[in-house]
Amino acid sequence: MMMNNKILGKGIVVISAISVVAIIASLIFILFEIYSGGKSFLTWEFITGYPKEGMTEGGIFPAIVGTVLLVLIMSVACVPIGTITAIYLHEYASRKSVLTKMIRFGVNTLSGVPSIVFGLFGLGFFIQFVGTGMDKVFSEPGQLQWGQPNILWASMTMAFLTIPVVIVSVEESLKTVPDDLRAAGLALGATKWQTIRKIVIPNSINGILTGTILAIGRGAGEVAPILFTGAAYFLPNLPGKLTDQFMNLGYHIYVMATQSTDVEATKGIQYATAFVLLICTFSLSFVAIYIRYRFRQKIKS
Amino acid sequence: MFIKKKNNGNSLSRKFRLGEFLAEYIIKSVSFISLAVIVLIFVFVFREAAPIFSPEEKKINTEEFLQSETYGEEPSDSSPSNSLEGYSSFNGDGTGDVADFKNLTGKDWQPVGENPKYGLIPIFIGSLKVTIIAILFGAPIAILAAIYSSLFANKKLREFIKPAIELLASFPSVVIGFFALITIATIVQNIFGVSYRLNAFVGGVAMALAVIPIVYTVTEDSLTAVPKYMSEASLALGATKWQTALFVVMPAATPGIFAALLLGFGRAFGETMIVLMATGNAPLTSFNIFEPVRTMSATVGAEMAEVVFGDTHYTVLFFIGVLLFIITFVINAIAEFYVRARLMKRFRGE
Repeated sequence: MMMNNKILGKGIVVISAISVVAIIASLIFILFEIYSGGKSFLTWEFITGYPKEGMTEGGIFPAIVGTVLLVLIMSVACVPIGTITAIYLHEYASRKSVLTKMIRFGVNTLSGVPSIVFGLFGLGFFIQFVGTGMDKVFSEPGQLQWGQPNILWASMTMAFLTIPVVIVSVEESLKTVPDDLRAAGLALGATKWQTIRKIVIPNSINGILTGTILAIGRGAGEVAPILFTGAAYFLPNLPGKLTDQFMNLGYHIYVMATQSTDVEATKGIQYATAFVLLICTFSLSFVAIYIRYRFRQKIKS
Repeated sequence: MFIKKKNNGNSLSRKFRLGEFLAEYIIKSVSFISLAVIVLIFVFVFREAAPIFSPEEKKINTEEFLQSETYGEEPSDSSPSNSLEGYSSFNGDGTGDVADFKNLTGKDWQPVGENPKYGLIPIFIGSLKVTIIAILFGAPIAILAAIYSSLFANKKLREFIKPAIELLASFPSVVIGFFALITIATIVQNIFGVSYRLNAFVGGVAMALAVIPIVYTVTEDSLTAVPKYMSEASLALGATKWQTALFVVMPAATPGIFAALLLGFGRAFGETMIVLMATGNAPLTSFNIFEPVRTMSATVGAEMAEVVFGDTHYTVLFFIGVLLFIITFVINAIAEFYVRARLMKRFRGE
């Protein structure tokens, strides 16, 4: 009996260790597989060139620019909203009030909504409702300007998706600001808002930074929300104004891999595009985790 | 947390400061946005799906919408069920193009053609099939990995494992879908010799990659949240490390692990890009895991770009969105409330 127990114990440790190894191995395998498939295409021209010959040759520059613009416009919306919500939840709201609980519930629910539903929401709300409404006011009658998919609506849709990411990250770092600091600020005669602005926020800037980075990583990688709110298959020009459509790395991979006329011919480009996207989100996430880790070390010491 | 106290003493009474007042109210109102977004999502996705519930009204709406342009310029989906015939001209005669209860609960999903069929059964089963395969594959691995990193690994190793698995969460689903489409599908075909290269199994395995990080993180959190005194008491009584892990820590954390499974389920059920790329997208009602399936989310993703604004197909797709929203909402709410309450009770020893 004793012996069996020992074997069982060893078995559990070994099996669980194997699971860890399996997960990390598959992570490395995906990275390696995608890199080795696309490495011969990964040239400077590929990064800075436009697609040529009906997308079978050339680069992905417009898709990179589109993705960067998307996450920039998205950040402008989601970082302030997320940060302010986190400040409210942690600094102002009383923990027991119904209101706080409702906001918290809203944030939790928001982070669980499927990304495709965000896409539908973007279409139903931003394009059909806000955009069409704006057209009625601003545009010539019968002309569609805002009431169609464009980079602004895609970015706004994505911003709503990434708000919870920012909130969670900022709130976590607000928790690490010691109450002594707040008390010291107040004791010196600063008002609550002054204390928050001059003491609490500077001390939790790392959380805002990680939140922003994680949100950008998420926004760059998600495709479902922009499927019908602004991403385009191919555009000859870069987006120049908010009502333009845009190309996007993730959408580019999706279209090239499933809908292009000759999937085999563009396989190398698909791999290389996937690698570029993967490296972007991977390194963003890496930086965020590193900042968080360094900060935790600092707190401990 | 701040200590909020109002000074009601006369000499110390608070001065009214406009800046303070504004700051607090602006912050307060901005923080309502997340709540408002949830309501807006429900209202506006529901609004576009509403004509389903009142067919009479729908006809008027479609007339209006017919004048608006068709949407999107993407090339047609290569899958057979998605040919563009019948899309360009709305079946104006209206014969059979109604999405009533009978049509929605039918066994066929054929939204294009003379008599469009909007049976949601096959795509619901498709979603369920892929999700269950993903959970069966991903959850045991994720839970075991969480057990290892929180209970067996030493501190240094844990500080490597945790971020490494969190990095897996940063893989965009479109990249996982692409990987599934190219690599996993080939591997599965080589091993099982299946007749359809893209099938529910391939999609499920790929989905497991998306489910693992979330199940791992939540399980790990709930395992480390088990109070130290419980495991210390067990060790003090002479139990070994693994006995403590298996018979003390694990049972205490079961609600948390259950929550992890639910959250993983919700994530997999709503995930779009992986299933859109890796499952073959054929709306078949079958329980064979090696046949292609089409899920609810993939249906929306594939067909929304090609429908006419406001026609029945369009509203049915939005209706699928409503269903997805409600299903994931309920699953997350259960995970949130029921499980958290159980956990709290257990740890406080009530």
